[in-house]
Amino acid sequence: MIKVDNLAKRFGAIRAVDGISFQVEKGEVLGFLGPNGAGKSTTMKMLTCFLRPDSGTASLAGYDILDDPVAVRSRIGYVPENSPLYDEMSVEAFLRFMCDMRRLHGGVANAAIERVVQQCSISNVYHQVIATLSKGYKRRVGLAQAFLHDPDILVLDEPTDGLDPNQKHDVREMLASMGQDKCIIISTHILEEVTAICSRAIIIARGKVLADGTPAELSERGGGKMDAYFREITTKEGVA
Amino acid sequence: MSVVLAVFKREFKSYFGTPLAYVFLAIFLMASSLWMFMGDFFLRGEASMTPFFANIPALFAVFAPLIAMRMWSEERRTGTIEMLLSLPITTGQAVVGKFLAAWVFLFISLLMTLPIYFTLLVLGRPEFGPVFTGYFGAFLLGGAYLAISGFFSVITKSQVISFVLGLIACVAFLLLGQPFILGFLDANFPAFVSEMFESLSASTQFDKMQRGMIEVQSLLFMLALTVGFLFASSVMLDERKAA
Repeated sequence: MIKVDNLAKRFGAIRAVDGISFQVEKGEVLGFLGPNGAGKSTTMKMLTCFLRPDSGTASLAGYDILDDPVAVRSRIGYVPENSPLYDEMSVEAFLRFMCDMRRLHGGVANAAIERVVQQCSISNVYHQVIATLSKGYKRRVGLAQAFLHDPDILVLDEPTDGLDPNQKHDVREMLASMGQDKCIIISTHILEEVTAICSRAIIIARGKVLADGTPAELSERGGGKMDAYFREITTKEGVA
Repeated sequence: MSVVLAVFKREFKSYFGTPLAYVFLAIFLMASSLWMFMGDFFLRGEASMTPFFANIPALFAVFAPLIAMRMWSEERRTGTIEMLLSLPITTGQAVVGKFLAAWVFLFISLLMTLPIYFTLLVLGRPEFGPVFTGYFGAFLLGGAYLAISGFFSVITKSQVISFVLGLIACVAFLLLGQPFILGFLDANFPAFVSEMFESLSASTQFDKMQRGMIEVQSLLFMLALTVGFLFASSVMLDERKAA
């Protein structure tokens, strides 16, 4: 479903993403791991066609990000880092707007909104203005907009960042239940999250892929501890 | 419903979501009416809207940047731009949708000055032609100024900086045709230089319209300015959106 081919992006002298390649199939939940500044968000921004890569390309659901960005975007659900939302809108107005943008109308839109409101448990804040919501609810509204059009591909940039343990648990449950018939990429720097929901993990640092495997395999390489392995490979490069 | 319309609707509603828009509207209506009636209106013995339109270019040079200053800078500051521009929409469509919302807001502000015309109808018999072309010209001029101001809201995350830059640019287009500038140019450069500046001035072109003349040249000037700056906004957005 997702095929990334040698993607690269630099900001000035900094190589944020330095030739990344990987593939994700349907039914996989890919954990995108790395220290802060590793290039996770930049890669995701390129996959959602927000940023244009300097070189390399990627295709999602059969569409190339360079040739047909609008087609790619219509087939993915995306939650950007920190899940930015239009604060002055009510949850209802915001979801209606997102339906319009996704070309969902009338009964289809109503059904979609009803579904995501239930899925993300936001029915009790449905009429509230987004600015007045707690961080947890804002996150859930951010997720709800990504599920509206029931996309096959979900790109989630640190979706559980800033949530309390109960909320994190809820979000993970939700994603795990969706995982079977979708292709999901989740970026995170919380390793326990990977073990909890991901079927595969990629570790990146300084814009390069350092490891790729199931959570169990990665733990094994660290002698049973994934964080040991994570530290080993992400700090080793820095010294060199 | 097309995505442009969806962006337009959201943006337009957002103007009324903050009290700021009402404040701007009130200031605009007050300033335009004050200028109209506080001058020699009751001494002139003439039922015309000339004094009202004469001040429109200067008023819009302030009003348009006020309307447009948050258009893109706020999206960039809060990060919502990343969500908006990863929806199935092109940058150009988003630019047009937002611009139209600002333009319709300005159009409504103009409609709210119609009581001035009705007052004239009560007091005398104003000619309708110049009033119509004046409003039409004001609408076009407003569009051009909004496109210019919108461009400056793309290049900064700060609404204040966006406003100041927009104001400077709008005033520059206004001043190009002022007598003191043209006089200076006439004295120091060949005649074609001052003629060029004069025809590039927003106030010169608007002046013809409010006197009842609609020239192809004026229409093209306003439209070219609008389309040019919308295009520039779109290009600039693609460059700057990630920064």
